Amino acid sequence: MQAAADLINAVPFWLIVLVKSGIVLLVVITTFAYSMLFERKIMAWMQLRPGPNRVGPWGLMQPAADAVKMMFKEDLTPNTADPLIYKLAPFISLITAMGVFAVIPFAEPTGTGFFGAIGDVNAGILFVFALTSIGIYGISLAGWSSGSKFPLLGSVRATAQMISYELSMTLSVIGVLILAGTTSLMGIVHAQDRVWFVIPQILGFIIYVITAVAETNRAPFDLVEAETELVGGFHTEYSGLRFGLFFIAEYLNMITVSCLATLLFLGGWNALFGLTFIPGLIWFLAKAGAFLFFYIWLRTTLPRFRYDRLMDFGWKVLFPAATLNLVLTAVVVAFWPTNG
Amino acid sequence: MTPYGPVAIYLAVALAAALLFTVLPGLMAQRKPNAVKSEAYECGVEPTSDVSGRFPVRFYLIAMLFVVFDVEAASFYPWAVQMHQLRVFGLLEMIVFVIVLGIGYAYVWKRGGFQWR
Repeated sequence: MQAAADLINAVPFWLIVLVKSGIVLLVVITTFAYSMLFERKIMAWMQLRPGPNRVGPWGLMQPAADAVKMMFKEDLTPNTADPLIYKLAPFISLITAMGVFAVIPFAEPTGTGFFGAIGDVNAGILFVFALTSIGIYGISLAGWSSGSKFPLLGSVRATAQMISYELSMTLSVIGVLILAGTTSLMGIVHAQDRVWFVIPQILGFIIYVITAVAETNRAPFDLVEAETELVGGFHTEYSGLRFGLFFIAEYLNMITVSCLATLLFLGGWNALFGLTFIPGLIWFLAKAGAFLFFYIWLRTTLPRFRYDRLMDFGWKVLFPAATLNLVLTAVVVAFWPTNG
Repeated sequence: MTPYGPVAIYLAVALAAALLFTVLPGLMAQRKPNAVKSEAYECGVEPTSDVSGRFPVRFYLIAMLFVVFDVEAASFYPWAVQMHQLRVFGLLEMIVFVIVLGIGYAYVWKRGGFQWR
């Protein structure tokens, strides 16, 4: 009898998770497609031109047109390449970029828990950092396996840049962890009920934003694909959908970083000015969207860094600054504890 | 139910989707290979040499420094979530740790480990 009841309870749960996973993936991929259009439109407006406006009203079907085009493009593998690793690299990039969304909560879970994270892992932030670190393999293997000079240079640069900035990124969020007392993303948002961590952790937030831009290889830190020096960087040899996979991964990483900034520093789905009648999901999306807009704004505004300055800045400025932020937060919590 | 169950399901779905995207170009894309197309790209010039060769050692140095410092950064995590309980004791312990970290950092800086010119 008990076994039968367990069975009835167990089957729908897995099914629910399966459906939810499908929905999250679909939403994430659609968000990718439209964040790309969003970026092209915003950049166009900032540069006083109309942007994509041919496919569908207002260019809204542009992502679909791009997807179809990429699918039918010839899939080239250079004869100097290592075929297996060459095909594996975009796969690694994509799976790690998509996997992160398993632990990101989009809103306060309601009765069925449908809108919360797929799995509210208590080491949520570690899970995110672990997966994004594996994502670096995708880029470094892509360049290495292409058997071509520009991709190799691009990928070695990318790896050095990403691991240098990842260090400061992991250090910059420790202040948040000290204040929240948990690594669960849900718990961190709950700890921001009264005040968003961007206010007590302003130094940590600034470091996080800078490292986030560098981690996702976006302007002004897009030295990985510096067109004027390296052609296309690590994905020079890739074409068609395989190139597209790197593209998807890059944008998904941007979305991840925006979601993480929202969860860690901008209060997650907590409402601003007590406007609680607007659902938490809307607040979350609005904050993440604003962060995404900031990314695009940076790209249109700032010129690219020089590589030696980039590495100098990462190791000689951001790393000590992140450590200083950590120590200051610890001193404040040790002598003037607020809760716990 | 541990939250890792749903995470595993999600990862399986994501794996399937990524596999689909990886296999798709082989099925959909047209294929008209020729010798020039499958050469490594070098701005339209015929490839002058192989990729094997010497590479700046600084990149390897950065990789080693990353391993050292990132392990130390990771060991801050369990301490950070316990800070509200540990208070001044935790602070002192951590300051000792940061000093040790700082000695290593200063040594690397002084020996030119962060020098990029």
